[in-house]
Amino acid sequence: MKALVWHGKEDIRCDTVTDPSIEGPRDAIIKVTSCAICGSDLHLFHNLVPAMLPGDIMGHETMGEVVEVGSAAKSKLKKGDRVVIPFTIQCGECDQCRRGNFSVCQRSNRKGELGDKAFGHRTAGLFGYTHLTGGYPGGQAEYLRVPFADTTHVKVPDGIDDEKLLFLSDILPTGWQAAVQADIQPGDTVAVWGCGPVGQMTIRSAILLGAEQVIAIDCLPERLSMAAAAGAITINFEEESVVSRLNELTGGEGPHKCIDAVGTESHVSFGQPDTVVDRAKQMLMAENDRPHVLREMIYVCRPAGVISIIGVYLGLVDKIPMGQAMNKGLTFRMAQAHVPRWTGDLLRRIEDGQIDPSFVITHKADLSQGPEMYAKFRDKADGCIKVMLQP
Amino acid sequence: MPLTNLSGVARSEGDPRVRRKGPSSMSGADRLARALGWFSIGLGVVELVAPGRVARTLGLEGSEGLIRAYGARELASAIPTLSIDKPVGLAARIAGDALDLGTLSTALHRGNPKRDNALIATALVIGVTLLDLTAYAGVKATHRRRPGSNRDYSDRVGLPRGPQESRGLARKDFQIPPDYRAEGMVADAIPAQAS
Repeated sequence: MKALVWHGKEDIRCDTVTDPSIEGPRDAIIKVTSCAICGSDLHLFHNLVPAMLPGDIMGHETMGEVVEVGSAAKSKLKKGDRVVIPFTIQCGECDQCRRGNFSVCQRSNRKGELGDKAFGHRTAGLFGYTHLTGGYPGGQAEYLRVPFADTTHVKVPDGIDDEKLLFLSDILPTGWQAAVQADIQPGDTVAVWGCGPVGQMTIRSAILLGAEQVIAIDCLPERLSMAAAAGAITINFEEESVVSRLNELTGGEGPHKCIDAVGTESHVSFGQPDTVVDRAKQMLMAENDRPHVLREMIYVCRPAGVISIIGVYLGLVDKIPMGQAMNKGLTFRMAQAHVPRWTGDLLRRIEDGQIDPSFVITHKADLSQGPEMYAKFRDKADGCIKVMLQP
Repeated sequence: MPLTNLSGVARSEGDPRVRRKGPSSMSGADRLARALGWFSIGLGVVELVAPGRVARTLGLEGSEGLIRAYGARELASAIPTLSIDKPVGLAARIAGDALDLGTLSTALHRGNPKRDNALIATALVIGVTLLDLTAYAGVKATHRRRPGSNRDYSDRVGLPRGPQESRGLARKDFQIPPDYRAEGMVADAIPAQAS
């Protein structure tokens, strides 16, 4: 089959690989009908995530049709079922899964000892990501083996296009969780840093949850225009001071809720000098992340406000003003999305016409064009915000 | 043995294995920049480890300290050249090439018994400079946002009922789960205490 394969920094190829096969009784194989490139795939593309190996298949936003089912998954899945595959693999049985903390499932990371060493305690297995999270082959391919398939799927009905359903795999529940973990209440002012695909979903989730004022921060005009389409007030940080503008929009009080939908790769510019220092440290492997957004959020957030982190961070960050955070009494919430916790509710909202996630797709291409679409997405060329691929 | 085969030891029985590689996402300019980055490391290490030998070969005796400093410079420019910020590294390399040429020019006088070596080195540095310039122009052109390519997505609402109609729509049947509540009001807490 064809698959997008990681060969090293900035080196993704559409290779011919062997087909996946069932390994365990809870496995299933799906024929991929649609997949997408995620912003966090770019962290792999840039080789910022440790423990990737040449030959790893990329992709964690996938949907398709079940073509083979292991014996223990047959009670929940059958050939021909149409499914969206969450990016987190969950057993559904461990203590964390029972609590709804699916992204820290204790049983699905097949290289859990590596995860224990890296994170202190293992996290869930993830598709198309580092070997610290299991090194499972990803879904930017023609076929995908789904471990724990009886609990790692979202069955979706026929009659709704892939474009509307695909993002149940990641960015829609991720954006939703970003808003939920910010504890958005009616009347709140919510500031969202980053208007990439997750930021866009977060903005719409915040509106659905009743935020009175949503403020979107980015520097790319096309992303800001997409944010404004949903009613957000926009701040282009290359044209105006984020802190001054946020204070102006909140009567000097600061936003109630601040959401980081950027994560490790803050935009580097001399207008934000700390990002230049972070980038230099990153090159020297003296720091893993560029946490400019975190610093700015802590500074500008209203006292007793909430900081919600959904953008991916990878390791060690420097110069985080914990003194400001502690004295202002801020609450921090963060996690990889616990996808299945939200997908039932979000599927109903899609069916009910409350949200149509297909708005975010700006580019569609054949899987074989994946390598050039990675480069286009990374370069933010041609107005690229979200790439959908079809095998 | 290709790395993709070696890494097979980290995979399980049912995992796909690479059979045939396709074209890379890297452009020709990216690959050239990477090669120049590794060249910088090689040259930098030689200049740092054996500056005396380099100086004697070029007839630049007494310049060992300078050559060692140039070695450190090569290594410093290799880091961004091998990173995703290639233009920064390549610009540093081009500036370094100018310094190298300036230094070599002092060895081209007829009194230098190693003048031939210095001439060859100068020709090599000119060649590498041309490669640096080619790579710099290439990566800048490949990865730039083309002027006039900005898109307007102001029709991409994503909320079929419109932003105003959608505001708070989810609250009709969704409350923030208790384990996600981050803040409360005294007004919420008082009845709880009273009961």
